[in-house]
Formats: sequence, C-alpha cells, structure tokens
Amino acid sequence: MQTGLIFDIKRYAIHDGPGIRTTVFFKGCPFSCWWCHNPEGLEMAPQGLYSQERCISCGECVSICPNAALKISSQGVVTKQSLCQLCGTCAKVCPAEARELAGIYIGVENLMRIIEKDVIFYDESGGGATFSGGEPLMQADFLLELLKACGRRDIHRAIDTTGYADEDVLMAIARETELFLFDLKLMDSDKHKKYTGVSNRKILSNLELLARQGASITIRVPLLPGINDNDENIHTTGKFISKLPGIKHVDILPYHEAARYKYLKLRTNYSGEKMLPPSEEQLSRAAQRLKRFGLKVKIGG
Amino acid sequence: MNERIQRLRKASFEAEPLISIERAILETEFYQENFGKYSMPVMRALFFKYLCENKTIYIGEDELIVGERGPWPKAVPTYPELTCHTVADLKILKTRPMTRYKISEEDIKTYQEKIIPFWRGRSMRERILKHVPQQWKLAYKAGLFTEFMEQRAPGHTTLDGIIYQKGLLDFKGEIAKGLAGLDYQNDPEAADKAEQLKAMDIACDAAILFAERHASLADQMAAGGKHSPRKEELLRIAANCRWVPAHAPRDFWEAIQMYWFVHLGTITELNGWDAMNPGHLDQHLLPFYEKGLVEGTLDREKAKELLSCFWIKFNNHPAPPKVGVTAQESGTYNDFTNINLGGLKRDGSDGVNQVSYLILEIMDELHLLQPGSSVQISDKTPDHFLKTACRVIRKGYGYPSVFNVDAVVMEQIRVGKSIEDAREGGCSGCIETGAFGKEAYILTGYLNVPKLLELALNNGVDPLSGEKVGLETGDPREFKDFEELYAAFKKQLHYIVDLKIRVNNYIERLFALNVPAPFLSVVIRDCIANGKDYHNGGPRYNTNYIQCCGIGTITDSLSAIKKHVFEDPTVTMEKLLHALATNFENQKALRLLLQNKTPFFGNDDDAADTIMQKVYQSLYEAIDGKPNTKGGEYHLNMLSTTCHVYFGRMLGASANGRLAGHPESDGTSPSHGADRNGPTAVVNSLSKMDQIKSGGTLLNQRFLPSILEKDADLEKLVRLIRTYFRLNGHHIQFNVVDTETLRHAQTNPAEYRDLLVRVAGYSDYFVDLDQSIQQEIIDRTAHESF
Repeated sequence: MQTGLIFDIKRYAIHDGPGIRTTVFFKGCPFSCWWCHNPEGLEMAPQGLYSQERCISCGECVSICPNAALKISSQGVVTKQSLCQLCGTCAKVCPAEARELAGIYIGVENLMRIIEKDVIFYDESGGGATFSGGEPLMQADFLLELLKACGRRDIHRAIDTTGYADEDVLMAIARETELFLFDLKLMDSDKHKKYTGVSNRKILSNLELLARQGASITIRVPLLPGINDNDENIHTTGKFISKLPGIKHVDILPYHEAARYKYLKLRTNYSGEKMLPPSEEQLSRAAQRLKRFGLKVKIGG
Repeated sequence: MNERIQRLRKASFEAEPLISIERAILETEFYQENFGKYSMPVMRALFFKYLCENKTIYIGEDELIVGERGPWPKAVPTYPELTCHTVADLKILKTRPMTRYKISEEDIKTYQEKIIPFWRGRSMRERILKHVPQQWKLAYKAGLFTEFMEQRAPGHTTLDGIIYQKGLLDFKGEIAKGLAGLDYQNDPEAADKAEQLKAMDIACDAAILFAERHASLADQMAAGGKHSPRKEELLRIAANCRWVPAHAPRDFWEAIQMYWFVHLGTITELNGWDAMNPGHLDQHLLPFYEKGLVEGTLDREKAKELLSCFWIKFNNHPAPPKVGVTAQESGTYNDFTNINLGGLKRDGSDGVNQVSYLILEIMDELHLLQPGSSVQISDKTPDHFLKTACRVIRKGYGYPSVFNVDAVVMEQIRVGKSIEDAREGGCSGCIETGAFGKEAYILTGYLNVPKLLELALNNGVDPLSGEKVGLETGDPREFKDFEELYAAFKKQLHYIVDLKIRVNNYIERLFALNVPAPFLSVVIRDCIANGKDYHNGGPRYNTNYIQCCGIGTITDSLSAIKKHVFEDPTVTMEKLLHALATNFENQKALRLLLQNKTPFFGNDDDAADTIMQKVYQSLYEAIDGKPNTKGGEYHLNMLSTTCHVYFGRMLGASANGRLAGHPESDGTSPSHGADRNGPTAVVNSLSKMDQIKSGGTLLNQRFLPSILEKDADLEKLVRLIRTYFRLNGHHIQFNVVDTETLRHAQTNPAEYRDLLVRVAGYSDYFVDLDQSIQQEIIDRTAHESF
C-alpha cells in the first residue's frame, strides 16, 4: 500500500476542474516560484508552522515536547530546529491552533475514504477529484495508485501540474487521468529558470507529448505583472498552445497576495514580497491576445 | 417597475408602522353590548361583521388591489381579546429601539380609559398566565421554552386553490346544506355544530359586506370629474369588489382581489401567527393568466403590475406588535407570509409555470421585506427555474429560500396525509410543513435544547437564577460515563416537554371555546363538513409542532464533554463546571481546547454527527405522536427563527466554548464557526439527520456575492442544492453576506470559520486570509452592494 505526503484537502473546490470537486494538495515541488501561493507545499517533508498571532503562550507544547525542542520567549514559542523531530505532538495539544504541522503521510485507502465522502456531489455536478500541490507528479507512484483507485470507483480525475516529470511517468499517469490542468508560466527558458529555479524545456516537450497523445488539457497561466504579462510572452504562449492539437481552453489565474501570511508562519522569505496583482486592464489585455489564437480564455479557474 | 409601482413602493417603504386602536374600540363596544347574548362562535362572527361594517376603509391613490386591515397602510390594529397591552407596553412599543410602533398619547389615554378596564383579566394572555402551574412559570421565565399562543392566535395558515373556484355565496350554500343535514337525534354535537355553521354563514356575509363598502367608496371616488384613466380604474375596482369575494373570480385581477379579501378577513378576525398565505400562488393564478392572454384582456406587463400592487399590499401589513418574550423570539415587522413557487401539482406533475418566473422577476425588482417567497424544488423541477431563482439569491436579499418538495411530501405521507393533499401542501412561515388549505398546523413554541443540558449539568438548577426549574438528576461530578450524563439530559427533556404540552393543550381548549375563527374556518377544508371550528379540530388535518432550537450547540457541547471529560480525560467535570459557571474567566486555554479540539457538528465527522443523531432521536421520542386536543398529534420541527438569540441570552457558557449570553446555533445549521470543511461537509452532516421525521428543518449557508458571480459558480450552487435534496434535506437558504458581517468577521474570526470567499481565481476561508486581503475583499464588496 502506497503512502503519500499531502498538506491539505479542500472540499467543495469549484475552481479546479469541472463540477464540485475535492482537491488534494501533494507536498513537495521541484520549483521555487517567486510567487508561490502554497509555500507550505514546497518541501518534500512535514514542516512545523507557527503563528505568534494565535499563540496564547500557555506552554502546553513546551511541556509535552518529547525532544525538549521548544521554549517560550518574548517572540512566543521558539523551536530549536536541531532538536525538533517533526513528530507533531505539539500541534496535537496546542489549544489555540498556533502550532500546526503542514504535511501528513496518508495511505491510498484512507485518502479515498475522504474523497469518497463527496461522491454524490461529484455525481450530481459532474465533478470529481483534483490532485494538486506542490507538484503531484513528484509522488508519481502514490498518485498513480490513487488515480487507479478513483478510476475503479468512477470518480473523475484531474491533475493540476507543472508537467515536470519523466516522459514515461507522465504517460503512465495520463492513462489514468481525465483532465490535465497544465501550468504554463513563462515561455522564455532563461526567465523561467530565473523565476522558478528550473528550465521549461521538459515542461514544453511534455505538454506537446500529452497533447499529441490526445490528453484532455486546460492550460493555466498565472498572470504575474512584470514577469510574464508582457505582450511577447503572452504572444509566444498563445502561439505555442494554438499549435498543439486539441487544446482549446486557457485559464488566466491572476496573481494574488493571499499567501503572504503563510510565509510568516513558515518563517521563510517571500520572493514575491513586492509583486502586485494584475489590474483589470492587464487581465483583459492578456485575455484578448490569447483569444486571437482561437483559444477559449477564462479568467479564474 | 413602472411609475405607479415606483410610487406605491416608495410610499410603502416610507410609511411608519403605527398602532391603530380602532379595532380595539369597536371590539370593546361590541363586547360590552353583546357578550353573553349569543353562543361564542356566533358572537365572534357578529363581532367580525360589526368590524366589517364600521372600520375605516381605505383606497389609496394608484392602488389596483384594495383593502387594508387598519385604517391606512402600515396601521396595525390591536387584539385585546388575545393580548390587552398595558400602558407600559404601549410606551415600550413606542420607544424601543427595534421594531417600534408609533402611537399617539391621546390613543394611549383612550386605551387606558376605555379598553384596558374592560379587558383586564379577560384577555387570552392573562387567562393563560393565570392558569399555568408554577413549574411552567419557572421554566418559561428561565427561557426553556416559549409559548406562541400567549400573544397571538394559532395560525400558520395557508390556502389551497378553493377560493379561485368558489365564492363566499357558494360556501354559504354548503353551510346551509350542512345546517339542514344536522342530525339532532343521533349527533350529540349537533347543537354545537349548528352554532358554528351559523357563525360561518354570518362571517361570509361580513366579508361580502366589507367588499361592497370598498365598491361604494371606489364609485364615490370615481364620481364627478371628467373621464380619466384613474376613473376607469376606480370603476373597475368597484366592479371587482362587487363580484369578489361573493363569487368565484373570473379573471386575473379579480383572482388577486379575491385572495386579498380572504387574507384581510382572516387577519382582521383574529391575529393568527404568520398572517395568511396564498400558498401556491403561481399555480392558482395560471388559469386566469392564460385565459387573459388568450382573450387579449391581459398582457405580461399588466399581470406584472397587478402582482406588484399585490406584493406592496403585503409590505403594508407589518406584524402586529409583540411584547415580552414573544418579541424576543420573533422581533421583526415581517409577518412571515411565504409564497411557494414551483412545486408539484396535485397529480404529481411539475408545478413551475410562466407566473412562477413572473413572480421571481417581481421579487428581484421590488426586493421588499414582505411577502417572503420560496422556490419549491422537486426532482421534476427544471434546472432553469432553480438557476433563475439562484440568480435572485445571489443579489443577497436572503430570498428566495429553497425547499425540497419531495422531502416535504414524504414528511406528510409519514404522518398519514393523502399523497394529493401532501403535494398540494408546502411550507409556510419559515419552513413549516403543512397541507395547504386543509390543515391547522400550529407552532406551539420553541424549545431551548442546550438549556436542558445546562439543567442536567446543574442537577436541575438554572445557574442564571439559582432556582430549581428542572428535575434533580444527580451531581454530574459523580457521573461515571457519558451515558449517565445523557440519561440525565433525557430526563430533563421529557419533563420539560411534558410540561409544555400540558399547558399547550389547555391553551388550545381556551381558544376553541372563547375565540373561535368562523371566517377562517369557511376556507379551510372540512370545517364546514365537520361543523367545527379551525381551532376545534374542524380541518382535515390537525398538527402541533414544537420547534427545537440549538441542535448545533447541544451536539458540540455534548461532544466536548464526551471527548475531553470522559474519553481523553484531559479535563475533570469539576474543572469544566467551574469554567462554565465563571464564563471561562481566566480559562482561555481550556476554552480554546474545547473550541479547537472537539469534533463539531457540520464537518461530516461521525464523532459529532452521531451525537446529533442521538439528540434528534431523543427529541423525536419526547415529542412525536403525543395527542393534541384536536384529534391530531405533536411533531417536532427544527426551526429557530430568531429565538436562538433569545435562548442564547438565557443560557450560561456552554461546553463547546460558547460564552454566556451568546446566541445558540440557528435552525439546524452548525454552530457559528464550527463547520470548517465547506458546504459539502455541512450538507453531509445535515443529511445524517432523518429530516423526514420532522415538520421542517432550516439550513443557513453563508456565501459572499463574489463567489456566485459567474454563471459557472451559480451552476455549482445549483448542484449543491440538488445534492442536498437528493439526501432528503428539507430546506436551504443562502446569506450572501454584506460588508458589515465581514467587518464583524474580521474582529471575531472564531465565529466565522466557515465564511467562504472568492479571493481571486479561487476560493478560501475569509478568516484564513491576512488582514490586507480581508480589507481588499471588504472594499470590493462595498462597491458591489446596491
């Protein structure tokens, strides 16, 4: 039985594919995008989160920690990282939910039990399960088993991915997937590397491969002012997509600042600190340009 | 909205509710002269006739549908035979900050000199409160239950389609037949029936006379002057009033006027709860609408104008003033008329028609406080209708609410109604199930379920007053397990429910004997055939409901005690009781533990949901099937209206972390902020309640306007509703929240854990967002509001 590492499950997810869905967020990502809105999904290991705002300094966590890694200070409760084993005991007892553990290991059947809770909603709405992240393809074996389990129960399967994986892995996954929500951030490889940490070569070739194999794909373009909203990038994006067989739908996802507080809780730096959300004009300009390529463009998921 | 409707709507908005003492004066005069001369039904009918002959009548400029309960719009009469307001009451009504009613000092003086001296000791309210046992008084004072009939008459009445097929003259014919057929030799009740039937006959005459007075007034207003469109209208109004309610209506305009006269008759005769309700108005009006279109005497715009005029008439009739506990359980001007759209027809086919859409359009344009409307959705209802309704919902007026007809039918079949009568039924007031036109289904009062647990935790003593109002069920510190605590709760429950029913049955007889409703009895099926009054078991079906409040609060509280005191044991009963008694003072960590580490109802978590099922089953066993005095039974109902606020005020801190005095959970909704897994989890939790065994449940869901902005999002809302209904949910309504709520959510995040907002391309929980994003959403919403 495969076990995977996930950091969130969202029910009544209505912007991650058709119908009413349950979205499972896989932990671990090969990228490090400046604007990442799920920073707790980046690392391929559980992480402790701490919110000083919520902490009431009751000391429950300090006294229960089996590794004596915690102490109360003027900045609330501080963790000595070298001692912390990420056992999650502190999160379990914290009454104020100031200490949380991002990332739990879960088996396929246990996860299916949660996904199956809303089957009647999927049936009624043409929805299903969406696997997002992080990058779900990083846990391909777990993902594949999960997809097969959904398939056996007639649950529609979507994957929200950057497409960054080995070809054969991707093809195996594609056989068990009804819909790809495929992220396309930047067409220029150097810039892609600058802002995400990796080149986009593999991504683009995988996208082509998927399209040629007849996979059902919706392209998702996060619109990031100053990074990828320039006419040239949008034009290249549109041109590239329009040459792929069978792809009609593009969703533009406007950058938003909602993740800032998550960086605080993780105590990590936010490279997107100075980024601003796109204006209505910027959004519609990008949408118009993409539409010129005969694509069906939607703002939002 | 045309100019006429704009003017009428504005006038209705601007008119201030005020008290008219005209009815009280006429009633006092009449009683002083006639009390004791006639049988009670006949005397009540003669009084009704006296009112119809003498009350001031009113036809407003621009009006197409005529008739007012008071002397003019928003003037509300009093009903001293039910509640005789004291001078202090009238002064409070005049000055209280909410739901105020104007009254002049001169009228207060008249009340003091003429009305109060006669009715003192004679009003229903005083007679009830004088009679009730001490235990009842203690429990009532402690806020364990409310009593609907201490200020208003049993009502909650909705009509079926009979008044569009028969005029009052036809009913008079049936009454005459009934009188002629009485078997004085073999039926010991024949003499009583004769008095009741005579009273119904007089009541018909009274209503016809009332209409004729309007005809004469319209004629007078039309007389003289030269030809004008208004003159034509007034002449048409006069003709309408001469035809209905004496005869069955012949066209759309007459049909609406017919209903309105019947409506006015019932709310003038007595002050029944929830005013009166046309029920399936769209189905009733359809034949007249179609006929008018075919004959060319009506077009869509004209129909819309007439319906809009009708809508404004409802808005002109605020609820009669309530005082004391009743004002707290239901502090609103809204008098709860709930027009049902769509639904099923008697033969089981889909009831949606052109008039249903027309009415949705009117609701959207007028957005008035009254009348309330709901859409009745069955498996057969087209999605287009539900989607159109959802487009109105997303405007954020809080209506229409959405009902599951298939569940409503099953609820009625369960209690023995015929399938056809059940389909013709629906939901009135807030969410109450009934067979329209054929049933007296009476709300008797709310039950404060979390307070019963408080009694069990305090050995029968109300910690707020220190008085013993419940049973001695033992010291909870000595309870060995959860089941012992639960048994104590159940004992309190049965004790209090029995107390309530005992008094309710007494009140029912008081109403049957002293304030029968002969006019209402004419239009409710089988009252004529049975020769019995609406209050006396005359209707085909007779149901009493007890409305159980706070299922979320009680479930979460029991769940917290089960987990933290008995299962994990992290908290001793002693420590918990102390924390509750001191309102969690200096117990922040304990309170957060209870709030954050307890399985709560509304999360699709069986640990909590099985407790909800257990409590629900106990409520069902305590209430369902107990006989009332009218040949019917008590059933449970899961409505709270605004009583959860009053009950919360009467409740100390609770084990789910709720502070003393704070509201309880509303209807069957999860406690505020308890549901953290989104609407599908809420729906799944609710579906574990066997709702078919109730007479209605109420689920409130909060959404931000922006989450329903796109048609694709709306489609998902439609699917959410359909799924809830597949799972036998009875009702769902949506609060598309406003800025004020969001501001409150910012400062009190714990109460708003469940508030879903659309951030940008995705949705998230509002309280999980950082301040600046919250502010951005608040600003955005403010721009969107009208």
